[in-house]
Amino acid sequence: MSDLVYTIIAGVAYLVLAPIAGGLLAGIDRKISARMQRRVGPPLLQPFYDVFKLWDKQQVAVNEAQSFYVFGFLLFVIISGLFFFTHGDILLVVFTLTMASVCFIVAAYSSNSPYSQIGAERELIQTMAYEPMLLLVALGFYLNCGSFSIGTILDAPRMSFIYMPGIFIGLCFILLIKFRKSPFDLSMSHEVHQELIRGTLTEISGRSLAMIELAHWYENIFLLGFVYLFFVWSAPWSPILGLFMCAFTYFNDILIDNCCSRVKWEHMLTSTWLVTLVAGFVNIMFLMYMR
Amino acid sequence: MSYIKKSPWLVHYDGSSCNGCDIEVLACLTPLYDVERFGIVNTGNPKHADIFLVTGGVNTQNLPVVRQIYEQMPEPKVVIAVGACACTGGVFHDCYNMLGGMDKAIPVDVYVPGCAARPEAIIDGVVKGLAVLEEKQKALAVPVNEKLAEKETVMEPSVAMNKQQEAKK
Amino acid sequence: MTLPALLTGIPLAAAILVFCLRGDGVRGVIVKLAAALTMALSIATAVTFFGHPAFIKSSGTLLSTIVLAVDVLVAVAILYYTLVKFKKIWIAVLELVQLGLIMWFEQGPGHSVTVRSDLAIDNFAVIMILIAGIIGSLIAVFSLGYMKEFQKEHPEVEDRRPFFFFVIFLFLSAMFGLVISNNLLIMYTCWEITSFCSFLLIGYTQTEEAIGNSFKALWMNLLGGLAFALAIVWLGTEYATVELSMLLNLGRSAQPVELAVALLVFCGFTKAAMMPFSGWLLGAMVAPTPTSALLHSSTMVKAGVFLIIKLCPILGNNHAGLMTMFIGGATFLFASFAAISQSDGKKVLAYSTISNLGLIVCCAGIGSYEAAWTAIMIVVFHAVAKSLMFLSVGTAEQQLGSRNIERFDGIFCSMPGLSLCMIIGICGMFLAPFGMLISKWAAMKAFVDAGHSLLLLVLVFGSSTTLFYWTKWLGKITAYIPTDKNREEGIHGVQWLALRSLSALTIITCILFPLISQSAVIPYLEVTYQTTMDVIDRSNLLIMSMMVILLVVLPLRFGKGRKKKLVVTNLAGENCGDNISYRGVAGQTVPVSLRNWYMEAWFGEARMKLFGFILCGSCLLIEFAIICGGVFHV
Repeated sequence: MSDLVYTIIAGVAYLVLAPIAGGLLAGIDRKISARMQRRVGPPLLQPFYDVFKLWDKQQVAVNEAQSFYVFGFLLFVIISGLFFFTHGDILLVVFTLTMASVCFIVAAYSSNSPYSQIGAERELIQTMAYEPMLLLVALGFYLNCGSFSIGTILDAPRMSFIYMPGIFIGLCFILLIKFRKSPFDLSMSHEVHQELIRGTLTEISGRSLAMIELAHWYENIFLLGFVYLFFVWSAPWSPILGLFMCAFTYFNDILIDNCCSRVKWEHMLTSTWLVTLVAGFVNIMFLMYMR
Repeated sequence: MSYIKKSPWLVHYDGSSCNGCDIEVLACLTPLYDVERFGIVNTGNPKHADIFLVTGGVNTQNLPVVRQIYEQMPEPKVVIAVGACACTGGVFHDCYNMLGGMDKAIPVDVYVPGCAARPEAIIDGVVKGLAVLEEKQKALAVPVNEKLAEKETVMEPSVAMNKQQEAKK
Repeated sequence: MTLPALLTGIPLAAAILVFCLRGDGVRGVIVKLAAALTMALSIATAVTFFGHPAFIKSSGTLLSTIVLAVDVLVAVAILYYTLVKFKKIWIAVLELVQLGLIMWFEQGPGHSVTVRSDLAIDNFAVIMILIAGIIGSLIAVFSLGYMKEFQKEHPEVEDRRPFFFFVIFLFLSAMFGLVISNNLLIMYTCWEITSFCSFLLIGYTQTEEAIGNSFKALWMNLLGGLAFALAIVWLGTEYATVELSMLLNLGRSAQPVELAVALLVFCGFTKAAMMPFSGWLLGAMVAPTPTSALLHSSTMVKAGVFLIIKLCPILGNNHAGLMTMFIGGATFLFASFAAISQSDGKKVLAYSTISNLGLIVCCAGIGSYEAAWTAIMIVVFHAVAKSLMFLSVGTAEQQLGSRNIERFDGIFCSMPGLSLCMIIGICGMFLAPFGMLISKWAAMKAFVDAGHSLLLLVLVFGSSTTLFYWTKWLGKITAYIPTDKNREEGIHGVQWLALRSLSALTIITCILFPLISQSAVIPYLEVTYQTTMDVIDRSNLLIMSMMVILLVVLPLRFGKGRKKKLVVTNLAGENCGDNISYRGVAGQTVPVSLRNWYMEAWFGEARMKLFGFILCGSCLLIEFAIICGGVFHV
């Protein structure tokens, strides 16, 4: 019974708090980026202003179907986050996330506009690039903690990071793609007005665009949750370490974002798969021998 | 409260001009002026934009382009003409292919004079545009806006004089 | 005994009838009737034998006589084609050797072998019967409409439709016989019939290419048949048995039967188009689409994996098992890589079939409970979704005049019904709440638990590339290009019937997936493995089912809201207003055409084939050398 209550509370808390935290994170991101460029930067709450504004704008679309896919994207991101925070199965989280990104890609394809299409193709290559590593993260936790259940992973007797440093490096690498940071912001950068107008988002506007922003906030929060999992074990003070490491990872990504220029897709694919092989797979092999 | 004032995204289009104003527009994004502190973002996409910032005048070739971009922007939207060319046609006004200032193609809400317009003037113009934007937001009853959009597509360039201007006269 | 006899008898009777009565109308009636009967019979068999696995012994020598007679008949037919008609001596030799082996065995050592049960109908066989019965019949019905159009469009191809349906029903009959037989001799006979039928079906059009490819299929499958015959002879002479169940028992009690197992697995490889035998499956694409649908989704290739999965309990960490899992894994990876570079719809389907079969074989090779569960589940989902995909692509090809995916531009608007079928099929092939992905999930768990890190790597990379080529295709279909033209009018009613039933079947299997696992697969595994477990938590399965329901319901409720203002797409302000052309620099109208990425330099077919063939071929050679060395003590 108490389990059920916990699950419901965690679920509701995620639904309510994640967008707030995600929006603030985006605000902090913009502020820090601006400071790194010696600018003042927008107010902290700027992402919220943007989304509220978009919500109120006139509904403009290129076809009737697109907003459905966008809605699917938001829905499945939320669902996969729900699985994560209600201590569900980590592979289920990854698969649902994949489902969400497929929705997103199809939304871009459906407009049949060149900018969107190139964005969609690039997004697809990005997905192909990061997917193996994301699965290896889940498998690493399974090998280390003996379960795919996030509840069990959180109760691990020792810090997961010390057994899976390679996998952590791999995760950090693909988080650059997931957070849409340079050098891997090929399909749509979080900074606007670049080579592809806005790539996948070119034809999406108004309320649909707001939904996508919202989905990204949700997504970012539980992607950081993956980082959190590495540093939390049964010790009562470990959540502080976990949160600190989340912040640290995100800051690092912002730093890299501001230092790097965008790479070609070939470079992204090879480097990501190489990191997956070298850091991720070697780590998995050791975990397997340790079993 | 209206969030549109706090998050104006703009699309910048360069018509028939010498590019001087464009350099000044880009200067606004530099750390010295940093328009992002007002939440202003320079999107390249009319569908995301609230403000249509035009430099340069309208000629026969870019007339449909300007109109299409304007058409693609969701309501409420504001057009800001930056620089002498965008306001009146400027030094190019008697060129064989010129139609004149931007108001010959689409309704312009704010005129920023100057050759080229200084970044301070441009920012000032955008801030003025924000007031118009908020007004439009308030005035927007949904069905009316649909009709408005339809009407604007059929407008001839010569007829498309700014309504405010006419009212003033 | 009656039900199995009817099950194989009815399609056979239908085959003969269709061949003899040549009128179009009569054929339509017979095919529909036979399809309905076959479907009903397979369901009846399922109901009767579900949960009550039965071993049946035929009385007297009637069955063995028939089997031998059919063996000879098939051999004569093959010899006619190879020696008389087309002069392919080597293929004839291949057939003669195996016929000789079997004849010698039947007269010599085989004579004293006592068979305790000829037929075995367990849950797995029932699943296969349902797949072949329902999907196979639907494909037969679909062919009615399709072949009519096909003959209209290809006047140069001789109208041999009676022959076509004859072969299709003969094929189904043999397939039923194959999955219910326990006696390897009976299975071998059915095996030969399916090989021969596939040869006939592939060569239907009688063009040079078709004939070449049909002989390719024939020699590869006969090579498998030869291995089968060798396995029977070896098993019969060494252990005095020709039963599959006995082989399993021998294997379980750690008897050295590895050679027989390896030979049978090899035989499965040829049928299931594992690399380096993938060539025949790709070549089979020259045949009319129903053929591909039948061969590559529900029957032919599934016969190959059926045999391997049957052997699953005695594979695992032995050389036969290692060979199976590595060849399966390599095929999975390289076929899914190669699929990226293909733009021909049927070829993408072919490569995706090969890669999925690779995954099934790989799971079967691991041999654990979880792996077997996964393998059977993939068999089910793949059969349903892939047949739907084949039929959809075939229909699209007829309507559009091309099966190149790039020509599918805008079918979301011009062929809404068909594109919906395709979307369902594609989603069923790889997307999250649908079956295939759950199977991948289970595969991942099975691979980790069995401790094969290399295979794990294969799986994660293979599934990400799978995602790539399917999503690419999905994107092409969903691209929204408004049009007034409806291009669906030429599709026959029977075609719609098959397409819609298969779409519904795809969705239903995905929703009822926990039930299938619980009531069909787990009981079978309980018997074969003497243990039981949940491969994936039941709650997670339920969640998946709910998500499928959500996905089905969501589109129905969507789009009822406010009307949106429609604007043109962003073509830098130069859109002509119709979204499919823009004004160029000199004021001319330039059409917009969007093409997908194929990354030929990375995932080129030739390259992937080379890698795959070398890897799988050497794996095959090395493992066989080791196994033979172990058996013959050299």
